[in-house]
Amino acid sequence: MTVKSKHVRIKGIKDGLVFLLDDKCPFEDLLSELRYKLEHSHQNILTGPIVHVDIKLGNRSVTEEDKEAVLDILKSQGNLLIRSVEALEDPEEKDTEALFMMSGMLRSGQVLHHEGNLLFLGDVNPGGTITCSGDIYILGALKGMAHAGINGNQEAIIAASLLAPTQLRIADIISRPPDEWGTRESSMEFAYLSGGAMQIDKIHNIVKLRQDLNVFKGV
Amino acid sequence: MGEAIVVTSGKGGVGKTTTTANIGTALALQGKKVCLVDTDIGLRNLDVVMGLENRIIYDLVDVAEGRCRLNQALVKDKRFEELYMLPAAQTKDKTSVTPEQVKDIILELKKEYEYILIDCPAGIEHGFRNAIAGADKAIVVTTPEHAAVRDADRIIGLLEQSHVESPKLVVNRIRPGMVRSGDMLDIEDILQVLNIDLIGIVPDDELVIKAANSGEPTVMNPNSSAAIAYRNIARRILGDAVPLMQLDQKPGAFKKFKKFFGMG
Repeated sequence: MTVKSKHVRIKGIKDGLVFLLDDKCPFEDLLSELRYKLEHSHQNILTGPIVHVDIKLGNRSVTEEDKEAVLDILKSQGNLLIRSVEALEDPEEKDTEALFMMSGMLRSGQVLHHEGNLLFLGDVNPGGTITCSGDIYILGALKGMAHAGINGNQEAIIAASLLAPTQLRIADIISRPPDEWGTRESSMEFAYLSGGAMQIDKIHNIVKLRQDLNVFKGV
Repeated sequence: MGEAIVVTSGKGGVGKTTTTANIGTALALQGKKVCLVDTDIGLRNLDVVMGLENRIIYDLVDVAEGRCRLNQALVKDKRFEELYMLPAAQTKDKTSVTPEQVKDIILELKKEYEYILIDCPAGIEHGFRNAIAGADKAIVVTTPEHAAVRDADRIIGLLEQSHVESPKLVVNRIRPGMVRSGDMLDIEDILQVLNIDLIGIVPDDELVIKAANSGEPTVMNPNSSAAIAYRNIARRILGDAVPLMQLDQKPGAFKKFKKFFGMG
C-alpha cells in the first residue's frame, strides 16, 4: 500500500499526541490508513515511553462500534494511552424524535424511503411503497405498502387517514390487512405490534402505546 | 409549431390505438392538419385500424436510418386531405430506433402539422421511452378495471418524472349498466386513485370493433355513442368547453365530473 492520502494526521502537543482523523473519506479507508501508519511509517514516535493520545473524529457521525474500531487499532500499540475521543453523537438517537415532512403522490412502482420518522402528506397508491426506519404517518390514503421500523424497530407504528393498504410491515412482521383485520369503521387509524402480531386501533388510542406523548386533557 | 400528444396506457389492450385513430380522425374532421405516428415497432396496427395498411411503402425505421425522406414515408389518409400517418416497421423491434431519433422526427413533423398523435406501445421499456421522447402532452387511456388503473398509475408516475406536461385521462369502455350495478369501477373511483384531469369517457360500443375491422375509424359514424365521445375529446383538445357525456349515472357523481372538467 502506498500512502499518499492524508486522512490521518498526527500532531504533537505539549503533553502527548493528537490524532486528527478526516471526516469526509470513507470510514474503512480511515481505519486502514491509521493501521498502516501505526504499524509501518510512524514507528519512531511509537516506540518510546507512554504517550497520552487525543482522538478527534471531526464532523463524522460515528456509532459506538466505529469508535471501538479506532480504539482497538490504537490499543494495539502498547505505549499509547487514550485520553479522549471527540466525535459527533450517534445520529440515530437524535433523528428519531424529529418528524420529517414530505408531500406528493406515491404512484404504482414508486418507492419512498426515509431514515427516521416520516409525515407524508398525500396518497400512497396500490403498488407504491413507503419504507421508514421509524414511524410512518400518512395524511391521505394508504392503499399501497408501508414498512415502518425497517431496521428492526418493533416499536414503530404506521398511521394513515385512510388505512387501506395492500400490505403492512413493521420490523419483520408482515400483515395482509383485508384477510386478517375484518371490516372496520373508516376513521384515522394506526397499526402497531403487540406480542409479535399486528394490531389496528383508532388514532386517539395511541397514548396507550406512547406514554411519553403530550396529551390534551381539556382546559 | 404543432403540438405532439402521446397516447399511452401501460397495459395492453385498453384501446390506445383505437383512441389514437379516432381522436386523430376527429381532429381532421374539425379541419386540422393531423399526423398519426405509430411507435409500436414490430407490432404495428394503427395502419390496420385506419385501413391504410396497403399504402405503406416506407416506415419510421426507414426514416430514422435515412433510407428515405420523412415525406416519402407518410401515408395520406384516403378520406381526408390533411390527415397523414407515419407507420411503424413490422419487421424490426423497439430497439431499432432511439428516443433521440424519434424526437427529431416528431420535431420535423411539428413544423408541418398542427397535431401529431403518437401511438405508444404497451409497457414501460424502450418503446415507451421512444414514444414520449418527442411529445409535449400525454393522454393516458385506461379501462374501468383494477389492472388497467394500476398500470395507468405507473405510467402517470413515469410521465410526471419526464418532460411531458401533466397527462390527461381517457376512461375507455365504460358500461353504464355495470357501473350502476356496482360490478364496474366508476369514474370517481378511478379519478380518486389517479388524481389527474379527465378529458373524456368513452362508452363500450360494439360499433368500435366493427369499425376497426373495416378500417374505418368509429368517429366517422355519427350513430355510434363512442364516436360522439371521441369527437368531444377532440373538441376539448381544441379548447372547447364540452360537458362530459351523460352515462345515466347517479346525479351526485356526475356533478363531480362537471366540476373536474371545469378545472381542466
